Amino acid sequence: MNIPKETLMRMYLEMVTIRLYEETMAEAYQEGKYPVFNIASGPVPGEMHLAAGQEPVAVGVCMHLKKEDAVVGTHRPHHFAIAKGVDLKRMTAEIFGKVTGLGRGKGGHMHLFDPDVHFSCSGIVGASIPQAVGAALAFKMRKEKRVAVAFFGDGAANQGTFHEGLNLAAIWKLPVVFVCEDNSWAISVPKEKSTAISQNADRAVAYGIPGVYVGENDVLAVYEAAGEAIERARQGGGPTIIEVKTDRFFGHFQGDPEVYRPKDEVQRLKQNDPIKRFRKYLIENDIATENELKQLDDEARKRVEEAFLFARESPYPAPEEALLHVFVE
Amino acid sequence: MSAITSRKLTMAKAIAEAISLEMERDPRVFVMGEDVGVYGGIFGATAGLYEKFGPERVIDTPISEAGFIGAALGAAMEGMRPIVELMFVDFFGVAMDQIYNHIAKNTYFSGGNIRVPLVLMTAVGGGYNDAGQHSQCLWGTFAHLPGLKVVVPSTPYDAKGLMISAIRDDNPVIYMFHKGLLGLGWMTLIKDSTGPVPEEPYTIPFGKAEVKREGKDVSIISVAMGVYQALEAAKELEKEGISVEVLDLRTLVPLDREAIINTVKKTHRVLVVDEDYLSYGMSGEVAATVVEHAFDYLEAPVKRLAVPDVPIPYSRPLEQFVLPSSSKIVNAVKELLRS
Ligand SMILES: Cc1ncc(C[n+]2csc(CCOP(=O)(O)OP(=O)(O)O)c2C)c(N)n1
Ligand SMILES: [Mg+2]
Repeated sequence: MNIPKETLMRMYLEMVTIRLYEETMAEAYQEGKYPVFNIASGPVPGEMHLAAGQEPVAVGVCMHLKKEDAVVGTHRPHHFAIAKGVDLKRMTAEIFGKVTGLGRGKGGHMHLFDPDVHFSCSGIVGASIPQAVGAALAFKMRKEKRVAVAFFGDGAANQGTFHEGLNLAAIWKLPVVFVCEDNSWAISVPKEKSTAISQNADRAVAYGIPGVYVGENDVLAVYEAAGEAIERARQGGGPTIIEVKTDRFFGHFQGDPEVYRPKDEVQRLKQNDPIKRFRKYLIENDIATENELKQLDDEARKRVEEAFLFARESPYPAPEEALLHVFVE
Repeated sequence: MSAITSRKLTMAKAIAEAISLEMERDPRVFVMGEDVGVYGGIFGATAGLYEKFGPERVIDTPISEAGFIGAALGAAMEGMRPIVELMFVDFFGVAMDQIYNHIAKNTYFSGGNIRVPLVLMTAVGGGYNDAGQHSQCLWGTFAHLPGLKVVVPSTPYDAKGLMISAIRDDNPVIYMFHKGLLGLGWMTLIKDSTGPVPEEPYTIPFGKAEVKREGKDVSIISVAMGVYQALEAAKELEKEGISVEVLDLRTLVPLDREAIINTVKKTHRVLVVDEDYLSYGMSGEVAATVVEHAFDYLEAPVKRLAVPDVPIPYSRPLEQFVLPSSSKIVNAVKELLRS
């Protein structure tokens, strides 16, 4: 695969931005929750699902997408949103519940909507799949060369929406790509206890569509698989399911006691940190210098810091705003 | 009623204990749902059961609510007594067909020949900024559908007794526990979410509301968190010489209409506090009951404090604006007394 340096550098920048974003969010989330962890306290209350470790899936796929392509994400949405180019300041403000947020504070972390880049997500497991199918249906009906991507977890592949969605996309030959993040867990339930076969990609057979399993948490491997699928979809070749083995570095949500997880698992997974590996790859193959990568690290840090600053400094919505926007005017 | 006990439990532990006792007593009782096993339920309602009864009777399911809730129905019709957990009530949508077209109707369709002894237990309630897919109450939605009993406990004592009644009932029961009342360390703690619970099994009949506090000027009728907010407000109002009666409905189906009528006859003024949506719900049903059966006793129109027909918003000031609270109750009671 011959990938231009510029693309590789952007992949690195996006992955580092996501990682920094999630780590910064983890800290912000802890504020006001110490010494007593109360989910309702601090500047960022409510549930918080972070995606550190899962950067390759989001970035490897979204690198191929255009602004007008649609992405539907999950309850763990930040990495998808960042990779799709969602306005980072307004996204962060939303998570802080501020009036400058994407949804003026109404949706929060699991409900990020940025129509400018055709991004949406949901807290309901499996909900993304038919919605991406519908976006693809719209594109096909209007003969537009746009593609829709549904991201979802290994846990979501056991929802009816997965099977119904794949079948619809297949019979209508829609420009949609289904991307399953196999992080081995759905909260405390391991994939092997919830899923009858080891790879959801093999379920493609049931719907007569191509299925690809990317067995390593590697941005280049994802990029390659996604490139083929997205191009096929764009050219009218119909849907594909891609499943990627990836790793969840944090708990299911922040504050998860993780009693179900082997004690050393996260340590072990971190040895195989996909960003560190990609960094090493870029240097060892003389694609980038330490200095160039350092610049990207700084750029990512700046983006994240600016976004959090914007969020913190923004005002809360007026309470009565709660009554607005049930319907459009 | 059982003997006085000094042992205190959180509501979550009271629920788990009720299930445990019934599982010991009756081999047909089993539990299934997401993360109910090793994790012990996201809200702790099945804590300790997996260790005690093993993976065959405490079954972690895939995220397939239509599948496993439908399976609970199938098992119930074949003589088992499943307790199935829907992690948040908000997720009912993916399984609603099994619930309202089948679980709620099979008994009726069969002319009473089919028993569906199934408990669907689920977490409800907001106030901790979890937004519109994780904060709803929706008891009105379930109570609206004929064929489902709807239980909403407010104390650990009630939680245990009502759960045992639910398990022993031969009909489908939706058992809704409020996240803020479970006594979870990671939620804002309500003092009374830990309370006295006898160790032995006991039942609390459905359809029996409880007067939590006697009063003569106004009646506040509610369930779950609303009961606490009402009791708090009552203390405030007492300082101003206003005497408030608080009625905890405890079950919405069956609904204790007699208790509603009796309290109105006594105080002549009613405020319904409902953390569910305002329109077409519990508050409307209570108000209708009052108007139909105790209209002549009313000295003021029935007042309702409920979520004003918007989804639960995320941001703290927005969410606080739409949810009932004790200070809003105080204001509402004063308005009611002025009218
Ligand atoms: C319909 C529905 N059921 C259950 C949940 C609760 N829940 C939220 S995330 C989750 C696990 C999801 O696992 P997976 O799809 O593998 O995604 P991951 O969290 O691993 O990213 C569950 C059970 C939900 N949000 N929606
Ligand atoms: Mg997963």
